[in-house]
Amino acid sequence: MNTRPDRLSEKMKTIPPSGIRRFFDLIIGCDDIISLGVGEPDFPTPWALREEAYYHLEQGHTSYTSNWGLTELREGISTYLQKFGLDYSPKNEILVTIGVSEAVDAVLRSILNPGDEIIICEPCYVSYQPLAELCNVKLVRLDTSKTGFYPTAEAVEALITPKTKALMLCSPSNPTGRMIPADELGKIAEVVKKHQIWVLSDEVYCELVYDENKHCSIGSFPGMKDYTIVLNGFSKAFAMTGWRIGFVCCPKDLMEQVHKLHQYSSICAPIMSQYAALEGLRSAAPEVEKMRVSYQQRRNLMSKRFAEIGLPACEPDGAFYYFVDIRSTGLSSEQFATTLINDYKVAVVPGNVFGEGGEGFVRCCYATEIGKIKEALNRIEHMVNDYRK
Amino acid sequence: MEEILNLLKDNARLSAEDIAAMTKKSAAEVEAVIKQFEDDGVILKYAAIVNPEKITETKSHVRAVIEIQVAPQREHGFDGIAERIWRFPQVKSLYLMSGGYDLQVIIEGESLQEVAFFVARKLSTLEGVRSTKTHFVLKTYKENDTVYVDEKKDRREGVTA
Repeated sequence: MNTRPDRLSEKMKTIPPSGIRRFFDLIIGCDDIISLGVGEPDFPTPWALREEAYYHLEQGHTSYTSNWGLTELREGISTYLQKFGLDYSPKNEILVTIGVSEAVDAVLRSILNPGDEIIICEPCYVSYQPLAELCNVKLVRLDTSKTGFYPTAEAVEALITPKTKALMLCSPSNPTGRMIPADELGKIAEVVKKHQIWVLSDEVYCELVYDENKHCSIGSFPGMKDYTIVLNGFSKAFAMTGWRIGFVCCPKDLMEQVHKLHQYSSICAPIMSQYAALEGLRSAAPEVEKMRVSYQQRRNLMSKRFAEIGLPACEPDGAFYYFVDIRSTGLSSEQFATTLINDYKVAVVPGNVFGEGGEGFVRCCYATEIGKIKEALNRIEHMVNDYRK
Repeated sequence: MEEILNLLKDNARLSAEDIAAMTKKSAAEVEAVIKQFEDDGVILKYAAIVNPEKITETKSHVRAVIEIQVAPQREHGFDGIAERIWRFPQVKSLYLMSGGYDLQVIIEGESLQEVAFFVARKLSTLEGVRSTKTHFVLKTYKENDTVYVDEKKDRREGVTA
């Protein structure tokens, strides 16, 4: 056995495992547990997309693609992004990646120098902080819980120092489902330009917005293209989580760096996933809309039940998560989630794993069938009543 | 309105309360909309979709699709003969078609013989019927948006998403 004490990376050892993953280990093999934990669609990928991948497999299209991704796919993405007022050249400003996660990693490593500061709006998706930390930077956490779970321009500017290199945004947000209102986003854009920092905009939930909400990309504001990195992908709206297909759009000079990292670490995204995604852009809009309506209906059902139970929560504008305030039970997020899973057989994710401002909340995903949502909320109601006594 | 209809088309047993919650309306509003749909004949009835292959205790079950060529009648076109056909309880569906034949009938019976007998005795002898072609259904894969052969299972595993 290798007993050398320094055989593992000291840096990597300091990175904690994902708090979401840890919770799921508890439910493996327990059939009576209803999971509101999984952050992925409950629909399979639309058949036309699966069938397209099948066709290409059959044809023997199993090679690498260009490091950039298939030309037709990048052209399709370029056209698709125009509906959000974004203008990126398929030639050298769009790169197809292995999900948004790879894109986040590649971009962070391409812009950050040791000692830089990056502002991360929390609570947020669990990969941002570890990937940034690996770049030996200082994480500056912006707690959005006091401002409706979205960052304000004022709060962002208050945290900017000469060392600030980047701002990480996600709207609609995982885990809260909140969107940054367009006028606030415009103000944030002004701050970004004034201080010349990058903004990483994770827009993977852009199609899943409800009621009158419309997705707004910070990259669409005047002069913002020079400062914006758009991160997006097919996982959520097209129900393609397992295909691992995302993309990043940014100015050419940054793309040269991101592209190098991508070609050395991944070469390219899987070709059949790329063909399936392309088919998604061509034909899946009606199915995406059907899924969106279905998520909206389930969100509405949850809204009503949480109101009846008396657990405060901001109704999500998008994505498929409810971020629920459980402080009235007197329990911490971890205690609440652990008790709920052990004694009431419902899995949710404790809010503290998503960073500052998440303590006192739990994330409930509503991408689950209606009957299960109703039963899960009945069980949550039981627990809340038991603990409030 | 259409949203309520779509929900019911997928699951007619959803309660008015649930539909109300899902569409952000009041239960009374939803009930009124559904009543209107019923009164207007938009919603014809609520029925269970049964997979006959899964019923072990009933008699055997045979379905056939029959293509019929007919000579249209001077006053009634195809409607007169169509009415004479759909009134038989064995006829489960009837469509007027474009293309190589005129009417498509779907018949159900307990045996091959029963269906064949019905076609020979009742359908082909109707005045105006020029020819019939009978195709027996061997297996139902999907009907009216419902898949008969699929196994439903939530395969999602917890990951870091």
